[in-house]
Amino acid sequence: METALAVLVGIMVATGVYLMLTANLLRYLFGLILLSNAANLAIFATGRLTRAVPPLVPEGLQAPAEPVANALPQAMILTAIVIGFGLLAFTLALVVRCYRELGTLDANAMRLSEPPAADEEH
Amino acid sequence: MTHSEVHSVGRRGDTVLQLMVLAVPVAVTVWLLTLLGPVRAQGALRFGIEWVPSLGVALDFLVDGLSLLFALLVGGIGIFVTVYAAGYLRGHPLLRRFYLYLLLFMLGMLGLVLAGNLITLFVFWEITTLASYLLIGFDHASATARRSALQALLVTALGGLALLVGLVLLGMVASSFDLAAVLARGEQVRQHALYTPIFLLIIIGAFAKSAQVPLHFWLPNAMAAPTPVSAYLHSATMVKAGIYLIARLHPVLASTDLWMWTLTLVGAATAVIAAVLALRQTDLKLALAYTTLVALGTLTMFLGSDDSVAVAAAITFVLVHSFYKAALFMVVGIVDHQAGTREINALGGLAGRLPVTFVAALAAGLSMAGFPPFLGFIGKELKYEGALAIATEPVLVAGAAVFANALMVAVAATVVLKPFVGSRPPALTATREASVSLWLGPLLLAALGLTFGLAPGLLADTLVQPAVTAILGRPETVKLKLWHGVNVPLLLSVLTLALGVAVFVWQRRMRDLLSRAARWLPLSADRLWDGALAALRRGAYLHTRWLQHGVLKGYLAVVFAAVAAGLLWVLVHSGGLPEQLGWPRLTVKEWAALALVLAGTLAAVGCRAPLTAICSLGAMGVGIALIYLFFGAPDVAITQLLVETLFLVLVAMILHRLPLANAVRGPRVRLGHALLASAVGIAVSLAILLVLQQPFGSPTKNYFELAAVPEAFGRNIVNVILVDFRALDTFGEVVVVLIAAVGAAALLGSRRRALSARAQGTRRNP
Repeated sequence: METALAVLVGIMVATGVYLMLTANLLRYLFGLILLSNAANLAIFATGRLTRAVPPLVPEGLQAPAEPVANALPQAMILTAIVIGFGLLAFTLALVVRCYRELGTLDANAMRLSEPPAADEEH
Repeated sequence: MTHSEVHSVGRRGDTVLQLMVLAVPVAVTVWLLTLLGPVRAQGALRFGIEWVPSLGVALDFLVDGLSLLFALLVGGIGIFVTVYAAGYLRGHPLLRRFYLYLLLFMLGMLGLVLAGNLITLFVFWEITTLASYLLIGFDHASATARRSALQALLVTALGGLALLVGLVLLGMVASSFDLAAVLARGEQVRQHALYTPIFLLIIIGAFAKSAQVPLHFWLPNAMAAPTPVSAYLHSATMVKAGIYLIARLHPVLASTDLWMWTLTLVGAATAVIAAVLALRQTDLKLALAYTTLVALGTLTMFLGSDDSVAVAAAITFVLVHSFYKAALFMVVGIVDHQAGTREINALGGLAGRLPVTFVAALAAGLSMAGFPPFLGFIGKELKYEGALAIATEPVLVAGAAVFANALMVAVAATVVLKPFVGSRPPALTATREASVSLWLGPLLLAALGLTFGLAPGLLADTLVQPAVTAILGRPETVKLKLWHGVNVPLLLSVLTLALGVAVFVWQRRMRDLLSRAARWLPLSADRLWDGALAALRRGAYLHTRWLQHGVLKGYLAVVFAAVAAGLLWVLVHSGGLPEQLGWPRLTVKEWAALALVLAGTLAAVGCRAPLTAICSLGAMGVGIALIYLFFGAPDVAITQLLVETLFLVLVAMILHRLPLANAVRGPRVRLGHALLASAVGIAVSLAILLVLQQPFGSPTKNYFELAAVPEAFGRNIVNVILVDFRALDTFGEVVVVLIAAVGAAALLGSRRRALSARAQGTRRNP
């Protein structure tokens, strides 16, 4: 399963990078979503997978019976998902505000702070 | 209060200020004079405090013959300059600022020559650089002054950087930053492999400060400064700092072929070139500036030797030059102040109008030209004696010295005779003698030149001999005499005078000849400097343009390419590719979840409508949640689903307002993007596969499993990690989300404000 996830993560990363390289900011946002999900999956896969045994300690025991899923990557992914959500929501707000102010989502047209040089063909 | 009352109060305030400022060099000079006896008796005095003991840096001062001589020059000439400035800048609105800069410079200069630690010396060195920048650019409304100040700052500060590296290396090689310790380890330093770089770096700093060819061009430009500044900086102090450094480190770095040849050749070249250039000038102050270069070149040339007569000649000449050059700068300042011009051709016949000034000019000029019984004559005789004593290159050194001195004679005659004798131009009839404060300084300095010339013993025992002893690191006896009998130096002196008179007589013709020759010369150092600055600006502009082009895509491409290259490089170097990839054995529902994620991902790229894209991403999110669920992570799956839903709702609320039009771009650009994206994806996949092939052992996994119940009293290990073991992380996470929410609210909530601001902007710029 880990092998399949590794390949899947690669495809998601490639897709995300491809989307981020387009000039449209909304596509950029979608690329960001793909990247953050891919990163979570990568953490999950490298923590090794166990089918259907959640990291719970049964009543009456002091430690879970092996085999049990690795709890640490799960905790990290939980944090990452929430922070990723914050990042995406903020980026979305930025995108919306950009559109309101500039009337476009084309990043190539957003040259206010670093305007093209006079000698640059445009 | 009337206007004149305000003025007189200001004048009285200025007088108090001037007296307070004057007290500083007077006090310093008196204190230094009291040290003369102890230094002669003990060789060197030391005092100071710890500064940065961990780095071996101390605010430490070393007073020996050499530093005492230079410090006395700084303090003594400082007195005359302060008095002179009081007259020269009378009523200047920025007088206080001027005195502040002047005192800062004086402090830096005193610290520099008295410093007993290499790092302390460098700190004071830089203080003089900064203060001289402020002083040269004192007339800040003039573009010429600003340019000259910046040029002086850049040249000397660049030299200062080289000097810093050189001093640090020297400190490391000598294993101490303490000057006395370094001076005692000359042999160790000269034997070391780093000797050549140390020598070159330090000498570059000294040459930049003392304006040696080819770094000489800033000094004549620095004449944009007010004349008191020129008299101070360019006679006794600032430009002598490099000479002081050379003399100071003489015991450590000298006596090698490299030292001898570099100093002799650069010094001779500076003296000869500057002497020729001095002849070209028609501005009196500029002519003096070039003769300062001649003097500095001569000093460098003599310090290249380790012969005691040559070194004594250099030290005596430092004194001679300080006296007459400061006096002559002040004289030129008086002429400029009273007659309104410094142009040779517009001046003449002022001897009757400026009698006291003329006397001062005559005495200083005779000393400069080297006539007996002035100190300048002794200095010159000693120079010739020293030149002939230099074992390796007596002809070169003596020749350069005779040539430079002959032209000095000519320039001295020009400065003294042209403005004061001959017919007086009608424009100058109203010229009147300057006030006492103006002529007192030059007169006293010129008188000193005569006094010490008549009684050279006063200097020989007290100043010159201790300084030479300090430079050479061995006890030396120096005798200064007016009459040596008829010998080779005397013959050379006669030759010099004859040559100088000849040059003076034919100077107009020679000047024409020189300016015609100069027209053929394609470039000057000054123009090269301008070109270098322009090239620097152009280079900075181009590389900023190249790195910060403002195209988001370009920045991202660089980042992703770096990620791919870095990952692949590590992969190649860490044992290559993963092996034995088995076909994954998965159940049908697991395949289905993978397929869902894959389909959602690919659909998000392909579709054109925003809503379709976000739905595909939603499907992908659900697929990922299923994977979490199937592999023992129900908590993660639930969170993923919740967040996914929330985000979908957010996006759907705004999405219909935003366009998702493809930017117009060619298939080749797209292919490039696809290749870069594939490279990153493949690199990430390979990295994960390689990680998965490593044996897995996680002590943290075991720790959390064993500690969850006994220590944290929780049975859901993931929860326990989040809210107990890593509670601070979770708190940070909450803060991050909160900040993001506040930021998003600020971005979105101010719609009305944004609209009104835009409306106002439209109104302002219709």
